[in-house]
This record gives sequence, C-alpha cells and structure tokens, in this order.
Amino acid sequence: MTKKDLGLLILILVVGAVVAAINPRFLLPINLANTSNLIGLFGILSIGQAFVIITGGIELSVGSLIALLGVLFVDFIATRGMNWAIALPLILILGGLIGLAHGWLIARLNLQPFVVTLCGLLIYRGVARFYTADGTAGFAFGQNFPVLEFLTAGRFYGVPNSFIALIVIAIITWVLLHRSVFGRYLYAIGKNEEAAKYSGIRTQRMVMAAYVICGVLTAISAIYFAMYTRSISPASHGNFYELYAIAAAVLGGFSLRGGEGSIVGVILGTVLLQELQNLVNLLGIPSSLNFAVMGGVILIGVLVDQQWDVFRARRGMVAAARQGKAAAG
Amino acid sequence: MMELSNRIVPATVAGALPIEPFLVLENIRKTYPGVVALDEFSMDVRPGEVIGLVGENGAGKSTLMKVLGGVIAPDSGAITVDGATHDRLTVATSMGAGIAFVHQELNLFDNLDVAANIFLGREPLRAGPLRLVDRAKLREQVAPLLKRVGANFSPDTPVSSLSLAQQQMVEIAKALSIDARLVILDEPTSSLPIAETEKLLAVISGLKAEGISVIFISHRLHEIERAADRVVVLRDGTLAGTLPKSDIDHEHMVKLMIGRALKARVNDSTREAGAAALSIDRLRTPAYPDRQVTLNLHHGEILGLAGLVGSGRTELARVLFGIDKHLGGTMHLEGRELVLGSASEAVGHGIFLVPEDRKLTGVLLDLPIAQNISLPDLRSHASRFLVSAASEAATAKTQKANLGIKAPSVKTRTGTLSGGNQQKVVLAKWLAMNPKVMILDEPTRGIDIGAKAEIYNLMRRLAEAGVAVLMISSDMEEVIGVSDRIAVMHEGSISGILEREKFSQENVLLLAVGKQPK
Repeated sequence: MTKKDLGLLILILVVGAVVAAINPRFLLPINLANTSNLIGLFGILSIGQAFVIITGGIELSVGSLIALLGVLFVDFIATRGMNWAIALPLILILGGLIGLAHGWLIARLNLQPFVVTLCGLLIYRGVARFYTADGTAGFAFGQNFPVLEFLTAGRFYGVPNSFIALIVIAIITWVLLHRSVFGRYLYAIGKNEEAAKYSGIRTQRMVMAAYVICGVLTAISAIYFAMYTRSISPASHGNFYELYAIAAAVLGGFSLRGGEGSIVGVILGTVLLQELQNLVNLLGIPSSLNFAVMGGVILIGVLVDQQWDVFRARRGMVAAARQGKAAAG
Repeated sequence: MMELSNRIVPATVAGALPIEPFLVLENIRKTYPGVVALDEFSMDVRPGEVIGLVGENGAGKSTLMKVLGGVIAPDSGAITVDGATHDRLTVATSMGAGIAFVHQELNLFDNLDVAANIFLGREPLRAGPLRLVDRAKLREQVAPLLKRVGANFSPDTPVSSLSLAQQQMVEIAKALSIDARLVILDEPTSSLPIAETEKLLAVISGLKAEGISVIFISHRLHEIERAADRVVVLRDGTLAGTLPKSDIDHEHMVKLMIGRALKARVNDSTREAGAAALSIDRLRTPAYPDRQVTLNLHHGEILGLAGLVGSGRTELARVLFGIDKHLGGTMHLEGRELVLGSASEAVGHGIFLVPEDRKLTGVLLDLPIAQNISLPDLRSHASRFLVSAASEAATAKTQKANLGIKAPSVKTRTGTLSGGNQQKVVLAKWLAMNPKVMILDEPTRGIDIGAKAEIYNLMRRLAEAGVAVLMISSDMEEVIGVSDRIAVMHEGSISGILEREKFSQENVLLLAVGKQPK
C-alpha cells in the first residue's frame, strides 16, 4: 500500500466517522451490506477500467455494455430458457470479444481510444434498446434461479456475495497487475510505449489484452447489475457508469496518461465514491445534488494530490540545491 | 504592395559586389563546460553574396547560428552590424538587423494556409474592436512575397498540401516579409529530392539578385560548389579557412574540414574477424525505397557505420531490429534467412539495438534501474508468470558492477542518472541476455569523455567475446579509433567499405559525400 492509498483510506475512515456521528444509521448492518454490495458491483467494473487506463487508454463504452450484456443475459435465461450456466460464460466471451475488437482498432489500426469507445458507447446503447424494442427485460413472476441468485445477489454470513466476488477478483488482478510479467509490461507501455517496443515487448498484443480483460470484467459486472436490479430498461440502465469507473480510478491515483495506479487504489476510489453516495442519502442532501457532490470531491482530491506532488518536487529541489552548495563549499 | 526594404541598401545591388560588409564577426569565442564550441572565429557577410558554410558534425555550426540569432551570448568577441559594434546580439537586435533563419526542421503550422503562416501574429486587421483578420489585405501582401521566391501556389493553399521544397519557399517568403537582408538556410536540401533541390538553388540565386545575402549550410558539397560565392569552413570551432569562388571544389573543402591529428586509438588489435553473423543483401528500407544496402557483419568485429546525418543509417538499424519492415532484399543471420515482424522477434534472435534517442526509446526514465535492465528478458526472471524481484535485482546488481553504473542502488529511478550512466543501463539490459549482433546508434552522443572510453572498451570486450558489433557514429574520431572496418553510407546505400590501412578522415568524408576514396 502506497502513501497515496493510505491517505485515501484515512479519508474514507474520516468521512465515515463524520457521517456515522451525524447519522448513526450509517453503521446499521443493512446499510453497510447495501453499500458493500454496490461497492462490489462498481468495483469489478472499475478494475476493468483500470487495466485500460494503465496503458494510457480509456474505455467509455462500459455503461452501454452493462445495458446490452445485461439485457442479453436476462433475455437468454428468462425468455429463451437457456441454462444460466451456459448463458453466463457466453456473456463473458461476448464481453471479451467486444474488448478484443476495441483493442484491435486501437492497437493495430491506431485509432484513438476515446473515439473508438465513444462510438461503442453509442452503438451498444442503440443495439440494447433495439433488441428489446425499447421494452424492459425482466423475469416473469415466480421465475427463480436459486443458485445464480445466491451467487450474485445473495449473502454469505451477511456479506453480499458481490462484495466477496470483488475481493476474489481484486486478489487475482492484483497478482496479475503487480506481480506478473504481463502487468509489468502494461506499466512499461503506459509509461513509454516506444521504449517498451524497443525493449522487445509486443506492445500491440499487450494493449489488446488489456481491453479484453476490461471487456470480461465489464461482462461480469453486467451480470451482477442485471441480477441486482432484476429488470432492465435499456435506455437508462448503466447510464454514466463508465464515468463512475473512471472517477474511481482517478480518485485511486491513476493517471489518465497511463503507467500509474494500483488495484488497491482503484478499490479505495470505488469505496469513497459509494460512501459519498450513501452520505448524500443519509445526510438528507437532495439526491439531485448527487453528481455535484461526487464531482466536487473528485476535483478537490485531484487538486490536493497534484499540489502535493508539486510541493514534494520543490522540497526535493531545495534539498538538492543545499547538497550542491555543501559539496561546492 | 510592400516595400522591399526601407533600410539603407548599398547603391550597387545588382551589379558588382560592394566591398563593405554589413555584418562582421570578430574573434567570437563560446565555451560550454568542457567544450570549446567556437574559438576566435571571425567572418563577415557582404550584401548580395552567397556564403557556403561547411564543417563536420560538431564543428560549431549550430553554435555560430545561435550566436547570429541572438539566442546565446558569446564569451568574448565583437559583432558589428551596419557599423555599430555589439558584445552580443539579442533575438531582437538580430531580427532588427534583418537576419532570418530557415531551419532544417521547418517551423510551419501545417493546419494553416500559406498566408496565415507567413503573417502569423502580425495579421493585418480590419477596423473595429473585433480584431478581425483582413483577409483581402493579407492576400495582397503575401502574393508578391510568393512571387519573389518563385512560388507557383496561391496564398490560401494549405501548408499540408505543399512539398518540402515548397514549404521552404514559404519559410523564405516569411523571411522576406520581415525585410530580411541575410537569410540563413540550415541544411535546406538534406531532405529534398534532386528535382526539388534545383528549385531551391533557383530561389537562392533569386535572393542574391535582389541584394539579399544568404548563408547556405549543407553537407552536400556539390550544391555548395554550385551556389556559393565564397565558402567558410569550420573545424573544431575555429575558422579552418575561407575559399574564394575560384577555389571552391570538393578537394579544397574536404581538406579544410579534416586535418586534425587523431587522439585516442582504442583499436590496436589486428585479429581476424570470425564468420559472417549478419549478411544483408540488397536490402531496401522505407527511408530510401529506391536504394539498396549490401553489407556483411562478422562475429568478433566492430563495424563502424559512418555517413552524414540523413544518409539512412538509423533507418537501416530500425529495419535490422524489426521496428520497420524492409521493402526488399534479404537478411541472413548465421546463414539462416531472417524475417522480422517486430522488435520482439529480433530480440529473440539475439539482435539488439541501443537506439539513438536514449530518453525516448532507450530507457524508461520513470522506472528503476533494475526494472529497465530486466524488461526485455522478464520471462527468465519469472517462475511461471510471476516476476521474481530477487532474481531481477541480482541480475541488475551484477550488471551494475560489471558496467560500473554509478547509482545509489538498482532501485534508483533511471531518469535521475547522468547520460552516460543511462546509456550503460541500456547496454546492461542487452548484456544480461546473450547478444549475437549488437547495433549501437550514436552510442556516445551527449556523454562525457570518461564514460565514452568505458563504452568503447565495452564494445571491444563484446567483439572479443565473438559478438558482431555494428556501431553507427557521426563522430569521425570515434569511427576511426574504434572500428575494425568502416562502412560509409551515402543517400541510402553503402558507398564504400574501408579496411584498416585505408582509414582516414578524408576517405570517410569522401565516401560520405559520394566520392571515391584515395
């Protein structure tokens, strides 16, 4: 855990303590469980985004993908009677293929990530709405999938299984990003793609792989979101979720230029965002101000972080100058 | 219509050369830490004359340009403009004196049209508070300027649609728009094809006819021969000599450009080179698609690759390292045909490159030394797919000691090291693997003398261990002192290969400009 992560954790605890002091309901098991469920859902999505941002890219289509993949999943198992154990891997593969397509356009054809995924945002939303003829996809009365529902929306000793899923995914991706050869390559590419290429790294493949991972993780969270809401109106489901994911990464210390950030950071970022949402509800702040509070906090966070870096750099220079003087004298 | 110039122009503009120079440099000296860039250098410029300025890379031409442009102040000496003597020129006095530059790298905005580029920041405005650009007036002012440089395109042509020579015409027109009396062309033809070069030479004689002086810097001596009234030769920061029109020829220029005693000679071995490592046959690179390179590189030798900047050496290295695809011809590594789709494949074959641009492509400045060294060979530091930091650090420590990288620890951020130590990190990452062919592109550029010697010794050690070393270098002393053989490139192909007994600066330079050695 870096100093930045530690600072973020302290901020989360302080905000939590203040909210709890004002409104003790914050600490009720039901509130904590609800919040951690949401942390699980958005956390999985944000980790996917993190892989792309590490390479210096961005993935704007994940909100629309949540809608499209969610609609397809519900339709497959509720309307078409497909076994969920088949539908689930199918959706994950679809998510991976869409990620591969994005990665291919970006790495091989050299299109800008922003443009490619912005088009994806529009396309998948449109396709999702067309697929259901703008209707709502949902389960019929009495339709039950006990195992699937337990795995996604259920609880284990009171802990939402979505949160447990996040922890498992976080551990796996932490190893992948921070300990594996692949992870090291991604950081190198994010820092300086040319130099990485000149060191013999197949940079295009690595970038494509990052988008594939993002696609698969988005598909997983799409299924969780679908099973959480149980009914999906494709015009609004998942709106702005890409921005939640990007915001979590930025709060967690990622640089949109690439090459910086950690899994712990992006999870702490997600936690802080959900805590803020919860705070708006619990403190009686009009919920219409929801986005304004989030935006304000992110802006302050980034500003403090940047000023801190400037301060440290200046201190470093002063120290170096002093050493230089001492050496000269 | 714009006035040509509202300054005092000597009476005899078109006729015989007026004797009085308007710009005189006297005993200019400029030093940088450890280097004398200009040493007691003097020259003058008369109205309407074309001066060819030649010298090897590093002879002090850029420093001289910076002094004339007012960008740097000389340590001593005097600069006289129109009879007024200054210690130094500032950017403002330089512009006021009518000195204009056309750099090798053009400074045009290719998203704007010609007229907008020429009058950028000085646009004629319409009356009124909105500061709207008066486009009609702009065109009216630009058209005659374009005519003077012989341009056949209109003021509203987008710059992006112009050829390089046409873009240079725009730059020259820009110079004329500020009433230039002296236009300095810095290697204007180095990236131009022959037909375009003709156009540029025509523009130069047009300027001369108008009484505007030109300083024409070029490595292409035959162009200097054709265009210049006088040639000034720089060598090691000093004036090596001035040639009047009648004496301007290759032989005289080359003789003045070289002619210093060689200092260090790293290479004393007379060993025979081993078997062929890399055989390049009629290889065509993207930089010079119509030229071919044929070259053999042997195990155990250092082959120096000399040539002028822009002769296609770096582009050849990029192809050999798999960064660019070759357009034709073949490469063989130890007898087996080599087809490279990426740098990663070249690395797999044991062909390594120490690139020219260390900060951009050589090292990752933000990463610690150890991670830079392990990067190309990360898989061998990993059990299954997890990187072992211990194995990484151990290799890095070995290499750090081996190469004498001066840093507090292998965890030090590479960006904080000196240039020489950064270069050693680049070398270390390849030495930690097993090189068969090592290509070094300008390995000692920007590196202090001590580190230079270490890198020379290292190359020699590699060669002695049987590695085939290809060293691209523009430093004549280095090429002659370090190489076992020297191949010289000229405009995209090998113009000749020199064996040891034929080594001389003169021969290298002759081959580099496309002539036969003696």
